[in-house]
Amino acid sequence: MRSFSETFENKSRLITRRMFILSSLKIAVFIGIICRLFYLQISENIKWRSLSDKNRLREWKMPPQRGIIEDYFGEKIAKNSQVFQLHMIPEDVPNLEELFFRLSKIIDFNERKKSHLIKRLKKRKPWEPIIISDNLSWSEFSRLNLFLHETPGIKPVVSIARKYIEDGSFSHIIGYVSAVSVKDLENSALLRKINIPGLKTGKNGLEKSLNEDMIGKPGLQRFEVNAYGKRIKELKFVEGTAGKNYRTTLDIDVQQFTSELLKDKSGSICVMDIYTGDIIAMVSSPTFDANKFVHGIDTKDWQDLINDDKKPLINKSIAGLYPPGSTIKPLVALSALENDVISPNTTTECKGVIELYGHTYHCWKEKGHGFLRLREGIKQSCDIYFYEVARRLGVDRLAETANKFGLGNKVFDILDEERTGLVPSTKWKLKNIGRGWLLGETLLAGIGQGYFQVTPIQLCLMTAQLANGGYKIKPKIIYNEQALQSTTDASREQFGQLYRNQENVKFVLDAQFGATNEPMGTSYRSRHVKPEYIFAGKTGTSQTRSITEEERELKIKQKDLPYKRRDHALFTAFAPYKNPRYAFSVVIEHGGAGSSAAAPLAKKVIKKVLDRQQLRTKYQPDLFQEV
Amino acid sequence: MIKQHFQKSNLRFRDKILALDFPLIFLILLLGVISLFAMYSSEQGKFSYYTQSHLYRFVIFFTVFIIVAFFRIQFWSKSAYLFYFIILILLFAVDFYGVTASGSKRWINLFFINLQPSELMKVALIIFLARYYYKIPLENVSNIKHIVLPLFALIVPVFLVASQPDLGTAILIAFGGFAVIWLAGLRIKFFLYSFFILICLIPIGVSFLKPYQKSRILTFFNPERDPLGAGYQIIQSKIAVGSGGIFGKGFLQGSQSYLDYLPEKHTDFIFTLFSEEFGFVGSIVLLLIYVLIMYRIVAIGIQSKSDFAKLYCFGFAAAFFSYVTVNMSMVLGLLPIVGAPLPIMSYGGSAMLSMMLGLGIVMSCRIYRTS
Repeated sequence: MRSFSETFENKSRLITRRMFILSSLKIAVFIGIICRLFYLQISENIKWRSLSDKNRLREWKMPPQRGIIEDYFGEKIAKNSQVFQLHMIPEDVPNLEELFFRLSKIIDFNERKKSHLIKRLKKRKPWEPIIISDNLSWSEFSRLNLFLHETPGIKPVVSIARKYIEDGSFSHIIGYVSAVSVKDLENSALLRKINIPGLKTGKNGLEKSLNEDMIGKPGLQRFEVNAYGKRIKELKFVEGTAGKNYRTTLDIDVQQFTSELLKDKSGSICVMDIYTGDIIAMVSSPTFDANKFVHGIDTKDWQDLINDDKKPLINKSIAGLYPPGSTIKPLVALSALENDVISPNTTTECKGVIELYGHTYHCWKEKGHGFLRLREGIKQSCDIYFYEVARRLGVDRLAETANKFGLGNKVFDILDEERTGLVPSTKWKLKNIGRGWLLGETLLAGIGQGYFQVTPIQLCLMTAQLANGGYKIKPKIIYNEQALQSTTDASREQFGQLYRNQENVKFVLDAQFGATNEPMGTSYRSRHVKPEYIFAGKTGTSQTRSITEEERELKIKQKDLPYKRRDHALFTAFAPYKNPRYAFSVVIEHGGAGSSAAAPLAKKVIKKVLDRQQLRTKYQPDLFQEV
Repeated sequence: MIKQHFQKSNLRFRDKILALDFPLIFLILLLGVISLFAMYSSEQGKFSYYTQSHLYRFVIFFTVFIIVAFFRIQFWSKSAYLFYFIILILLFAVDFYGVTASGSKRWINLFFINLQPSELMKVALIIFLARYYYKIPLENVSNIKHIVLPLFALIVPVFLVASQPDLGTAILIAFGGFAVIWLAGLRIKFFLYSFFILICLIPIGVSFLKPYQKSRILTFFNPERDPLGAGYQIIQSKIAVGSGGIFGKGFLQGSQSYLDYLPEKHTDFIFTLFSEEFGFVGSIVLLLIYVLIMYRIVAIGIQSKSDFAKLYCFGFAAAFFSYVTVNMSMVLGLLPIVGAPLPIMSYGGSAMLSMMLGLGIVMSCRIYRTS
């Protein structure tokens, strides 16, 4: 019907009518567009605004300054020092090949470094500076500056990096920092959060355990960037905060002196304050230069370190395990006295050899010591006497005392590498080896052999806790003034009593005085004569294997044995004898006899430590007068 | 002959001036000023190449607009066919001698100017069809004989432009043509038939699309498909518009455009830039200016006595509407990115010339509305 009517309609009117139909369509479309604008700009505004900010804002974090580590007197052990770096801005370099050629003439820039750099370049934007070298020597740096006008696109930069004391004396205890690895990121939420290129993280030692506090808070630069990632302008700058600094209880002088003593030897020396538990020195040898790790150690140096038989990377003070040998005898004696199984007057005859439980047991002195009482037994370190003591005491009571005095437990809680050691007991053997305890093993335990395994720092703690009269202390490396002054339960527990009868403790201390300062004593030759240096100590020679009958017949001397089969030499001591303040432990791996290889070193260290005692007490609140 | 058309008028020059539609002129000038500010902002607040060139073009083509307006409407009616054929020949010429830029051959080098004939075809087709239907009695409009020729006149340029390839312009040309055919009174059933045929032809049509066109259409339905490639423009444009909010980020403060996240900000995405800086309120104002321009064009059509003027004005208004809405829908993510400039706002000489020509003829309709 419609088409019929249209036919007879006026043409102009039809055009106009159809125009109005079209116009209503237009209005509908315009309303649609307005709705869309409303939806995008008002309803969804927040979403799009955040996406726009995400586009335009880019943040760069700046590595914070790492906290420094000082010794007791405020000397810097691990500091941040100037390093000379070479940066390059790829887009400013007219000819890369030419630049590389020039660089190879000026600095240490070989083909390997070049190909590595080219690989890194591909992943970066041409205007982002790239670090060519982060540890130039001063002469390289000054030469670079001289030729700077000939090498556009490079920029010598003075930056800050970790610097350790060069002789390596602190390498084990402080550890080192190095570039963040994938594994570090997996293990640390903080590192994942910070995640700054060029950030170094602590890999071991104190650097690792204090890492999270020492890293500090990174700074922030917020830039507006364009679509190609180029920075247009800086919008925000937040300066980072440097990490926490730490003062330790260590003494650089003693540590370096001790480290020098141990040069070319494999072993450890620990020095501890017997009242505060302050670690004054803790050296492991051989050592390495921790600075090499900071900028990435090269393959050859790394191979040398891990292939060295003397294991320079291991901190032997806390992770080296040794049978304590005779150094445990004062503790065995104390345990026996405390348990009333012997008295100081208990006498035994040493004929050099004894037959027990169907086995033959030897004393170190082939001819035997003859009739001995306890004091002489300790002083001359008679094995036969201690077989008898151990037999009467039994291993479990010994284990209890040993545990109380710090063996078989970790000494610190801040060093990850530390190992527990082992104090054998019947229960332990049943559980871990699955067999019953043999009585013969008790005898070996009595002279610190057999299953016994201790770390040098445990020996030092044991000695300290005997020397202070039998009180529990908590060894520490980090100096903490508040802990010293507090009178809380924790500190009272710290000085918890470990003895039943203090006379027993005094007795074993006196016996050790004899061992060092009386003729026939095992360390008599290493004694100090000057009254202020007089100390008391106990030697130990721990076998790394059992001695065969054949060897006994041939009387093979230690120095004739191959290095790996020689005995470990041990020595524990405390000084000064009159007013004891410090405990020492010395362990020389495969050094031979304790009296000849370990005690002479202890003598030197003791003198050094006592010489510095006055200086040290000046720096210390005078809290222990009553003790 | 031109002189004759000028003199034959029985209007005096002063009357002609007074007969001009001043609101429309004001709206065009306003749009021109806004476009200059947008262009200035697109160049990060520097009066440099694009802004200068846009300013010169606007001044020159605005003059063209006034000159065109003073020509008698009968002149335009009579030269409609000629105008159409000249442009059609240029379109053919583009196919042979065209200048290729970014993968498509759209321009022809006329020594003093690089012309884009497809833009001019937008107006040429409307004036051609208006002229054609003006002569045909209403009862004959739906005769097969009178359907074939207009359809042919529409399909040839559309096909030529689509094969450049320039799908956006082709669609806009076709829309303008169909609008005039619709206004001329072709029966509704033909539109329905062709609509069904079109639906059936879509699968075949898709096979003729260039890969980049297909990708654009697929990306339109799911911009996240390729956020850094084909979807990038849509996503960045939506971010820019959406982040503008109610009042916008402020003049020269549009981060999306200032920092180069927005592509093609001088041309197809000029509305995005404007909308980011002036927000919802600014966009509505701009939209209102376009609506008022269309309203003035339609009003001039209504006032005109001749059916040619009516057909032309209504047809041009419909085409103008399609340019504005296709461009806006495109940058707002309602249509695929097909490449359609926003009248007068977008940078581009041929498009501006075409619009000024079209508006000039409208103004001519106004001056000679009684004839």
